[in-house]
Parts: sequence; structure tokens; C-alpha cells
Amino acid sequence: MNVHDKYKPLTFWERTYLPGILAGLWLTARHFFRNLTIHILRSLRIKTDRLGAVTYQYPEILRPLFPRLRTMHRLTRREDGSPRCVACMMCETVCPARCIYIIADEKPDQQIEKVPKVFDIDLGLCIFCGYCVEACPEDAIRMDTGILEISNFTRNGMMLDMQTMLSLEPDHERYVKYNEKGEIVSAEYIEAKNDS
Amino acid sequence: MIEDIGIVIAKLVFVLLFALNFGGILTWVERKQSAVMQDRIGANRASIFGLRIIGLFHPLADAIKMFTKESFRPVNAEKFLFTVAPTISVFFALVGFAVIPFGDVIYIGDKAVNLQLAPLNVGVLYLFAVAGMAVYGVVLGAWASRNNYALLGGLRASAQMLSYEVALGVSIIGALMIYQTVDLQEIVRWQGQHYWGFILQPLGFLIFLTVGIAETKRVPFDPPEGESEIIGYFLEYSGMGFGMYFLTDFIETVMISAITVTLFFGGWQVPFLTAAGFVFPWGWEWSMSNWIVALLQVTSFTLKVMFFLWLQMLIRWTLPRFRYDQVIRLGWKFLLPLSLANILITGLVLVLIE
Repeated sequence: MNVHDKYKPLTFWERTYLPGILAGLWLTARHFFRNLTIHILRSLRIKTDRLGAVTYQYPEILRPLFPRLRTMHRLTRREDGSPRCVACMMCETVCPARCIYIIADEKPDQQIEKVPKVFDIDLGLCIFCGYCVEACPEDAIRMDTGILEISNFTRNGMMLDMQTMLSLEPDHERYVKYNEKGEIVSAEYIEAKNDS
Repeated sequence: MIEDIGIVIAKLVFVLLFALNFGGILTWVERKQSAVMQDRIGANRASIFGLRIIGLFHPLADAIKMFTKESFRPVNAEKFLFTVAPTISVFFALVGFAVIPFGDVIYIGDKAVNLQLAPLNVGVLYLFAVAGMAVYGVVLGAWASRNNYALLGGLRASAQMLSYEVALGVSIIGALMIYQTVDLQEIVRWQGQHYWGFILQPLGFLIFLTVGIAETKRVPFDPPEGESEIIGYFLEYSGMGFGMYFLTDFIETVMISAITVTLFFGGWQVPFLTAAGFVFPWGWEWSMSNWIVALLQVTSFTLKVMFFLWLQMLIRWTLPRFRYDQVIRLGWKFLLPLSLANILITGLVLVLIE
């Protein structure tokens, strides 16, 4: 197949661009009528399984997140409830934005010598790169809470302190759900109300 | 005497409400239709007391925004022209609706009321005069802004509108040769007795529709406005001035639809409907009172205009925009010779028929 075959000279009708215009108008008109019928049927509560639009109506319907997404940080705990963090300062050192502030405290345990007294992350500076998660040797910090709504009226309010981070848990509702074979289950979020 | 004035005022109110309502609703239609065409939902968040009604409050929100924004006037701008130019634009867009017939004659008591605001017998010429004056609004606004880029935008717009004025006039002549009159009400009545215009003049209809869209400076013919590519002529306007240019765009769209319907699609004619009711060719008759016939005629006119508005929105959101030299070349080198050829062919066919 010659590469020049793609660039055949246009026929007379093609040069008027009318067939192209009509084909384009036909395509959009088809989309228009199909989506309009689906919208009307959904508003009459018939056939609500087909969607007329690909829009996620945030904040009523949330877009499902994948587990790799780096969201707000949390600190994990051991079985006895104390934080896993040993204040080794690896995350503070590797952070490119230098937004982690740790002050260590003594822990009277020969195996675990330190705990953090102050562990602050300035979310106004954080670039959500995930290096702190990779650097931590204790799996103490994770970014899997699924919280994306990080905002405040003041800069000081964007500081995330240790107590908040210890109390956060991953929000399983916002993530996609996998079945035992590892495939994504057709998620229930789609069937929620998608109003026009 | 008093009832004459009352009738004229009633017709005036109807025509103004028709034009302005359609202009306002077109902002909503643009957002919703483009969204439905593109598999999206469009704007649906403006709500009053929690009621959203598919985004119909957005035109209201837009109007409130336009009213409450500061109308800023640059220091060096020509004071009078700067303030008056958007008004000129809207004026000449609205005034064209005066000669569009909405229905046939209705009888109030013993008075015959022609459902047309100004029964001029030079209707078509009046329309083109008004369309020609619409250029002034654009050029004055661009010039009075004392801004070089706005001036360039205004020059682009005026050159485009002038080029397409010629093609606008010439493309109609073929149809006028067939109708033998320039009075719009007579044209619509002729179409009721014979065939609708677009069957007899398909080429003229297509050319007129294309040129009409070019006159209103909508995509695919909107290099003057540009919309995120290039500076337009309404650069220095804000608040109500910009609102008026924005409204002119939509009202001219409605006007082009109304003129196309009147000239080529039978205006207010409903198939098989005469002044006394339905008369079907296979012998059925269904006589109706004069008021119901008039109502059907006005409804049919409105539906046809709505179809053309939908079509113009479809074209706007499907086709990419022309380059500016392509626009001018299309107007002079392609559409004008084509409409002249249309006149020749129409004349030839008319002579051969007789």
C-alpha cells in the first residue's frame, strides 16, 4: 500500500465540502436526538439505566477513585493504638516541598526508641508527590484516605496535625470496587440520579 | 381611532415579546443544545428556592449579571458614540421584525386585523435596508472605543457584513421573480396557493441561509468575534453595553430564521389550512372559527422559526470557523456568482414555461 494513496485528490463533490458538512451535521444531530430521548425517558422514570450524558454531577455524584490516587495523608497505628511512626525523619528529608515538620519524643521501649510529638504537614505547600509514602520504612504514612476536598479560608488552616492524621481512615465508598478476580465491579455510583 | 391605536400597540407588544423572549431563551438553548449534542448536561445549577428547572434560570442570572455590572467607559472614548452604539445595534436588529407576518387576517368584530405589525408593500426592501444599517452599530462601537484592536475587529466585521449584504440581496431576487411581489404578506399567501419557496428555489434557499448566518457573524463565520482566538469589536464594553451586543447576536439569529421561514418555508402557512378551516384534497373538510385558524397559523410560524433556530445552533456547534480571508473569498467569489447563476436559471425556466 503506497503511502500516497491516502492523499487522493478530492472529487468535485468533496471539494464543495457539502458531503463533509452534511455528515458532520448528521452525526451531531444523531447524538442530539439520542441524548434528548434518553433525558426525557429518564425524567419520566422509564429506562433509567442508560445515561444521556457522561457528566458526573459533583458533589451529588462522586467520580470513583483508583487505589493509586494520592489524596490526603493519614498516619497508621499499631495494634495497641500507638502510631507506627518512629520519627526517623525520612519523609521530612525526602519531601521536595519541605512541608513536613516533625519533632521527636522519647518512647521508653528498646525496640521502638522514638515517637513523634509533633507531626505537621502543611497542605498548602504539599505537592502530593507521594515520596513520603515511598520513603517511610514503617508504613506509617499513607495517602489513601480518598479525601480530595482540601480547602480553608486561611493559610494557617491548611496545616494538618498529627491528631487529625491519626484519626483518618480510608473512605471505601469513593474508591472503585474489585471482585475476587481483580476486575472492577460495575459500580453502583452510575445508577445514582443523573439529573438534567 | 382608539381601537386602531390599541390594535397597533397589541401587535407591537406581541412582536417585541416574541423577539426578546426568543433572544433570551436562545442563550439557554445554546448552552443546553450544545451540551446535549456533546453528551454533556450543560448549565443546570442556577436555582431559586431549590428549583432548578433544567437550567432555565441561567438566562435570568445572566440578565441580572449584565444589569449589575459596572458599565465602564474608557477615558478617551467618544462619549456619545460609545454609549449609543450598542443601542443602535439592538435597534436595527429589533426593527426588522416589524414587517414579518405572523398570521393571516383575523376579524375582531367587523374589523380586519392583519397580523403583521407594519403592512408595508416594500417589505423585502425594508428588511435589507435594516440589515444594511446594522453594520453601523458594529463599526461605531469599534471606532468609538479608541482601541486599535477593537477597531481592527470592527473593520473585519464590517467588511464581512458588507460582502454578504450583496449576496443576501442577490440570492432573494430569484425567489422574488417567482413571487412577483415584494410584500411579505402577499409572498406568504402566494406560497399557500402554490408551492413553498424552498421547493421552487432550493439553491436560493441554501445560499440565503448561509449568507444569513454570515450576516449575524455566528460560527462558522465569526472571525470578527473570534471568541478566544482574536479580539472582537466589543472589547471595551462591559455590563449592559456588552449585554446589548450579545443580545443583538441572538435577535439577529431569530430574525434570519423568521425571514427564511417567511420567504422560503411558507411563513404562517399550515398545509391544507385555508382561512375557513382545513380543506383536505381528498374531500374532508373541517371548518374552524377564525380565531382558531389564526392561532394555528401563529403556532406554525413559531414552530418553523424554532426549527431554524435549532438548525443554526446545530451548525454553530458542529462546524469549525473559517479563516478571515476564506470568509471574504466565499462571499465574493463563490456565493455571489452562484446567486447570479440562480437568477439566470430561474429567468430561463420562467421564460421557457410561458
